[in-house]
Amino acid sequence: MDFRVIADNFSFLMLQGFFGFGDFAGGTLRLALPAIVLGFLLGLLIGLARLSNSTWLRLPAKIYVEFFRGVPLVMVIFWFWFIVPALLGRSLPEYSVALTAFVVFEAAYLAEIVRAGIQSVPHGQVEAATATGLSRTPMMRYVILPQALRNMIPALVTQFIVLLKDTSLASIIGYVDLTKAAQIVNNREIRPFELYLFIAVIYWLCSYAMSRYARRWERSPGHGAV
Amino acid sequence: MPLAYCLLRKMTYQFDWSVLWSGQTGTWLLQGVLITLELSGLGWLVAIALGVVSGALRTVPVAPLRCLAAAYVEFFRNVPLLVWMFFWYFGMPPLLPTGLREWLLDHGAEFWAGVCALGVYHGARFSEVIRAGIRSIPKTQLEAALSTGLTVTQAYRLILIPIALRLIVPPATNETLNLLKNSSVALTIGVAELTFQTRQIEAYTAKAFEALAAGTVIYLALCLAIAAVMARVERRVAIPGMIAQGQSGEV
Repeated sequence: MDFRVIADNFSFLMLQGFFGFGDFAGGTLRLALPAIVLGFLLGLLIGLARLSNSTWLRLPAKIYVEFFRGVPLVMVIFWFWFIVPALLGRSLPEYSVALTAFVVFEAAYLAEIVRAGIQSVPHGQVEAATATGLSRTPMMRYVILPQALRNMIPALVTQFIVLLKDTSLASIIGYVDLTKAAQIVNNREIRPFELYLFIAVIYWLCSYAMSRYARRWERSPGHGAV
Repeated sequence: MPLAYCLLRKMTYQFDWSVLWSGQTGTWLLQGVLITLELSGLGWLVAIALGVVSGALRTVPVAPLRCLAAAYVEFFRNVPLLVWMFFWYFGMPPLLPTGLREWLLDHGAEFWAGVCALGVYHGARFSEVIRAGIRSIPKTQLEAALSTGLTVTQAYRLILIPIALRLIVPPATNETLNLLKNSSVALTIGVAELTFQTRQIEAYTAKAFEALAAGTVIYLALCLAIAAVMARVERRVAIPGMIAQGQSGEV
């Protein structure tokens, strides 16, 4: 075992692979952060649609969620990788394909979190808001969602951890994230044990720190006191 | 997808669904399904074994054992499955004795690396499910078991774990479906499972849409089938009055 390979390639692995500064359009964080934000916005719409009174909104949202939760992420990535170029007539950069696939896929899971968050708001709040004369949309916006969002935070952090780990799958289509960066270094140096252990530790540090944060938030006083 | 379908038709993409069942490619698809089931099945057995042992250890009144189990769970759960696949397939063999390594490489090392990665990763996730199951059993059960003269080991083996296993069917179903879907990650180390074969068909026939649609539908069907079977199991093993209603595993 020789861990000098890590020290020699540290800046490539971390700057290029993890953060995404460098010659390649890559980076684990550069994919994960926009994906969670955009995925949450799409998930919010789908989650609201699932709770809508109209069947025409509720049913497609349900099908969307059940479909993407029953299909492996790898499959979804390949869908976008092969079909979108066939439709557009030109190939897209890996970053766009990966980001689209992650937003579409994660939105299904985030929609369930949104739905659970909204349903966790006590029904008395709806009654109180109705009693003050608010109609459905302002009630959702000013009364229900602010409370629901607070309840969702631990689940959202957990989902972000899942997403961060899942971004490693973008390396399959050639996106240079942390995993792909380790593969590139490994092709040159042939030090698989050290390199894969190193990126395992990096992923672990991020995930573990965030899961501790989520747990502390769940336990913090005031949480759930809506 | 119908929108994509129409657009593809308009762009004179030649649909040829027969690639899915004709000759060579049909065989590939079938082999892919079988390998996916074998891989997931073996991985599931490893995961359940590791999950039951480590999940039970996390609740025992012996601190070092609790820490050991917690370390296993926290480390393996928080690292991507893909990294574990690479680690077991590329990272481990160079550390093994030459004879064993050669033997493994001749006997489908990628398949066994896939089983290890799936089993160990999902074992850590099952562990959390089983721990929650044991935690949800009233403490009086353990006390009653001990007062009838059982040792702690016997109490776990005969009372707590069997009850916990009956309580956790819904979350365990979800984890099982995750495991099945995650088995697709094994294509990265060259296991010829369903997603791998889907790509191979795409590469040989250039029929991306048909190949991917077939793979997707098969995954959905497998998930629905497992969910249906587990729903029956759930009803069969439910302990009256002890199970939370309305949490059955969705796909």
